[in-house]
Amino acid sequence: MTVRALLQAAPALPCHPVPRRLLSGAAWAEFAAALATDPSLDLRALWADPTHVHALLVDPADGSLHLASVAVESGLYTALSPARPAAAWFERMIRDLWGHTAADGLDLRPWLDHGAWTASPPLAARPSPNVAAPDLKEFLPVEGADLHRILVGPVHAGIIEPGHFHFTCDGETVVRLEIRLGYLHKGTLGLLRGKSPRTAARFAARLSGDSTVAHSIAFARAAEAACQATIPPRATALRAVMAELERLANHLGDIGAIVNDAAFPLLQSRFVWQREAVLRASDAAFGHRLMMDLVIPGGVASDITPDGAGIILSVLEGLEAEWPRLLASHAGSASLQDRTRTTGHLDPQLAARFAPGGVIGRASGRNQDCRLHPGYPPYDGMTLGAITRQDGDVEARIQVRMAEVMASIALLRQLLATLPELAPNAVLAERLQGVTAEGIGWAEGFRGDIWHWLRIEGGLIAHAFLCDPSWRQWPLLEAAVIGNIVADFPLCNKSFNCSYSGVDL
Amino acid sequence: MAWTTLWRALRRGHATEPAAPLDEDLTQALAARLHRASIAKLGRSLTIRQVDPGSCNGCELEIAMLGSVVYDLERFGLRFAASPRYADVLLVTGPVTRNMEDALLRTWRATPDPKFVIAVGDCAIDGGVFKGSPALLGGVDAALPVDAIIRGCPPSPTAILDVLCALIEAHAPDRPAAR
Repeated sequence: MTVRALLQAAPALPCHPVPRRLLSGAAWAEFAAALATDPSLDLRALWADPTHVHALLVDPADGSLHLASVAVESGLYTALSPARPAAAWFERMIRDLWGHTAADGLDLRPWLDHGAWTASPPLAARPSPNVAAPDLKEFLPVEGADLHRILVGPVHAGIIEPGHFHFTCDGETVVRLEIRLGYLHKGTLGLLRGKSPRTAARFAARLSGDSTVAHSIAFARAAEAACQATIPPRATALRAVMAELERLANHLGDIGAIVNDAAFPLLQSRFVWQREAVLRASDAAFGHRLMMDLVIPGGVASDITPDGAGIILSVLEGLEAEWPRLLASHAGSASLQDRTRTTGHLDPQLAARFAPGGVIGRASGRNQDCRLHPGYPPYDGMTLGAITRQDGDVEARIQVRMAEVMASIALLRQLLATLPELAPNAVLAERLQGVTAEGIGWAEGFRGDIWHWLRIEGGLIAHAFLCDPSWRQWPLLEAAVIGNIVADFPLCNKSFNCSYSGVDL
Repeated sequence: MAWTTLWRALRRGHATEPAAPLDEDLTQALAARLHRASIAKLGRSLTIRQVDPGSCNGCELEIAMLGSVVYDLERFGLRFAASPRYADVLLVTGPVTRNMEDALLRTWRATPDPKFVIAVGDCAIDGGVFKGSPALLGGVDAALPVDAIIRGCPPSPTAILDVLCALIEAHAPDRPAAR
């Protein structure tokens, strides 16, 4: 049977906007096998609750969603990683948080559990005191007489998040990179439980601080989907204004950070200056530089300030006026182009297997942007196209970001010119009173597609998963850096700019 | 030829005169000038090492802006170091996760004395919104002695810069103002 036929044959459980299909153990095993031969559905997320494992699949052609679940029997479920290697990191996370083991999984080493927790697995029905510390020194073996290793982190040299990078090199060339994360594990999924969506929204806003708006939108949309609430059009538009400002600020900062790692601080200083202008405009319009806690389930926490739109538009004008000079400076510097072209190449075929979203996917030819597929308001009524490149190198990722800066400026102008009338937020608390419901929400952050799933019981969150795009991007950084010199790793890494906190949960 | 020159030099004795007696007043005046100049130019400096033992990355974004052309923290004698071994100040963001406790303590031990620890952001102060999570130790003071705190979620670059400049001034009360 095909993947779709297996899903169709399974009973549908209520979840909005798409039902969740409960597969039997045998059907799930068939589903796992069918995923190997049917490339038409992307695996976008894999997570669990104390009794079941859940998968999110998306059809890249039309953005249609499919949710599949299986009951865990004797602590086991059939692994998806042999068919979809991107599942391996999720399977390691599921075992550490819920204690379910992926039978025949590609990688069963611990991931988030570094042996420091007091109880484990923390989200299982009955966690037990943590006694056996997992061996963190377990890295994949390498063979060869002339190879040497470079170990970096978790505390890095720059002002960035912690993680451990384990390089194996042949002279200057990287032959393997293995990434070890989990250092920022704050127990966010556990903190969500037993809270109302309104109270829990501040955790979604702090899953990854640079994507606070996008994660807040995905979270709010999941809660609104669960209770089938519609929010006022002005709130929808203001969320998109905030999301595009966030995208602008991050893309400007990222382009600056990449060129700085190629020893071009002059150009970086201009990109960062423009980033600061966007942050100040966000502060003036919404009262917070990163716009944290402003998107809430049911709507937005406050309206745009009276002169906010004018300030944003004048910053956009300044950015647009300088833009041709920034582009010319970037394209005209041979020493910069020498560093960015062909560096950190991500093969489009490998990208297709991992289904990375965002700039990383689009720079390797993937025509995916969840503002378009599956789409969500207000973007479904706007002029917008996915910006793609085929080269898959650092330069392609810069160029996609540059094109998206211009696209966000155009979107912001459209949104601010047509802001709907002020209307009160939807009140979710009333609808959620004592209710059992499930919802999935999504948003396109500057890194890519974000998915939040909520199960609400008695009006409070019983189980949740917040999926950052970085889950399916980090493993590809390990692949893209192979064959590059160590000195080009910062360029590769900055051009990916995956989130640490977002996947450490 | 060379031997003759050498012989003559030895017979003549030392050409170098003994040092003149010091003018005590002048020496004291020069020493005082040098002391003032060195305090003004060299004494107003702090080297900072930023450590993230659990942040959401929001504080890092704002701290990173301090190095930008807009805030240019180096003009105040402040700079970021790549290693804790050169640092006077540890700028610590986020709650302290159990998974980062060891790395944070190692970074602190690698920082030479005297050192200052600044807890940056609401999470670093007491765990912030994450307070009470079993995956955390707590705020920075659950792991290290904290000398100063900076509130905010995240604090703005201006707020962070204010405290860093105040730290310089607090430890140099008789020195001229930096700004």
